[in-house]
Amino acid sequence: MSLYDRIFPPKEYTLSNGVKVKEKRSRMPLILLILLVCTIISGEVTGFRISVVIRRISYFFVMIRDMFPPSWSYMSSVWVPLFDTIKMSLLGSVLGALICVPFAILSSSNLIKNRIVTSLFKLFFSIVRTLPTLVIALIATYIWGLGTFAGTVAIGVFTFAYCGKILYEQIETVDMKPYEALEALGCNKTESVRWAVAPQVIPGFISNVLFCFEGNVRYAAILGYVGAGGLGLILNEKIGWREYDRVGMILIALFVTVTIIESLSQYLRSKLT
Amino acid sequence: MKLTVAETLSAEPKRWRVTLITTLICVFLLGWSMSGIQSSQSGEGGLSVAASIIGGILHPDTSLLFNFTSSGVAYLLFETMCIAFLGTLIGAVLAVPISFLSATNIVPSFIAWIGRFFIMAIRTIPAFVYGLMLIMVTGPGAFAGVLTMAFCSIGMLSKMFIETIEDLDKGIIESLDAQGCTLFQKIRYGIIPQLMPSFCSTLIYRFDMNLRDATVLGLVGAGGIGAPLIFAMSSYRWTQVGAILVGLIILVLIVEWISSRIRTKLMRG
Repeated sequence: MSLYDRIFPPKEYTLSNGVKVKEKRSRMPLILLILLVCTIISGEVTGFRISVVIRRISYFFVMIRDMFPPSWSYMSSVWVPLFDTIKMSLLGSVLGALICVPFAILSSSNLIKNRIVTSLFKLFFSIVRTLPTLVIALIATYIWGLGTFAGTVAIGVFTFAYCGKILYEQIETVDMKPYEALEALGCNKTESVRWAVAPQVIPGFISNVLFCFEGNVRYAAILGYVGAGGLGLILNEKIGWREYDRVGMILIALFVTVTIIESLSQYLRSKLT
Repeated sequence: MKLTVAETLSAEPKRWRVTLITTLICVFLLGWSMSGIQSSQSGEGGLSVAASIIGGILHPDTSLLFNFTSSGVAYLLFETMCIAFLGTLIGAVLAVPISFLSATNIVPSFIAWIGRFFIMAIRTIPAFVYGLMLIMVTGPGAFAGVLTMAFCSIGMLSKMFIETIEDLDKGIIESLDAQGCTLFQKIRYGIIPQLMPSFCSTLIYRFDMNLRDATVLGLVGAGGIGAPLIFAMSSYRWTQVGAILVGLIILVLIVEWISSRIRTKLMRG
């Protein structure tokens, strides 16, 4: 009996045959109370005022209004950064996905019997995943200078952590019987992994990498803000110069590209699974 | 008829053409993507920079880390959590109507299509552009951060909400109808119990993501841990960067652990 049930005792019903049943009190009021307190505290800390939002919301549309009509002639200079962004995210995703495979194998507890090794590698994945991509991109620009390579590194690190975690979770849930059967037939560890584990995880893994790539294209547009190349660079520049019609053009180009890539990858993923 | 192993293997469908074409396309795409890689500086100068960065991050500035005034890491993290919490909440409030309007089993497919187009458009605009737009509304500070978080959350939240809404089991509502329930009762006992666990799980997950993405807000001066982090990085104070990062990583790991426990509990009911 938990503390909550002791404070608010369960309601008792007597059924027609004389049996007594207890219904636990709903936890809803407690959860709502906690949420309400959190909301009020957050509102105070962040200085949130709904009246300000209502009064000044028209300013939100100032920039959007200025984006239309977009300056179509500017499109000619959007192509290069746009393709840079795609190239950056493609290469970053592929590199990250390839590098994460050995690490993911080392962190799956059904292939590696040593508990310490697997939990160390899992912790490593968790820590890399919590590092903000923007911070990685900034550090990369200090090491390799401004340019698309820094962005590629940042995207690669993000993909590494994201796909690696999903991959080791997948490996841990595969059916281990084919693996045992191959080992019983005299295959060594590498062969058993190749022929028994890999076929089970590869379609899901590729599908996840594609999904990650989709998100990366969108994220790569932010990385330019810290000088890591691609669309973000010109986006930041044009916003700084208040040439909002050109900003509109960049955003439309990004929108079309993301839509195309997303539908392509959705098609490929539906084929994979 | 008995087949030998060799005969069975030879009867395997021949798919080398598809494999070859796929491989060629992949190799071509990789080669093409490598062509775009450039950087203004080679690795040698960067190596010493990398060494000092790693050295600074490994020796975090403890006076900043254990500083409990309003400029210390603890308060900044608390503010970031508040921004992420309120942002997720407002994002959810905005996302629920949009997702009901874009679910194909609720509205005609034409309206649903418009809704999805709208969601895609919202998702395309990068976070810092939202930040700049909203600073015009509220002025710089955590308030703008809350609204930015809300707008960035709408896309993913409504995408997940739509999936849940489209999975609704209509049989339950029909049976409530047959028992003579009113519209309110149908919503209360037929729809909300079906949606709630999945919605809550999505919200908690998004809160997690928002906490992790909160550094983006710092770029445009929208409050939270991001701005001090970016300032410290651009002025090469790596020990401070280390302190902030250590705080952020620990916080995110704790929140992630709690949220994944709540979510497994929600999923099992």
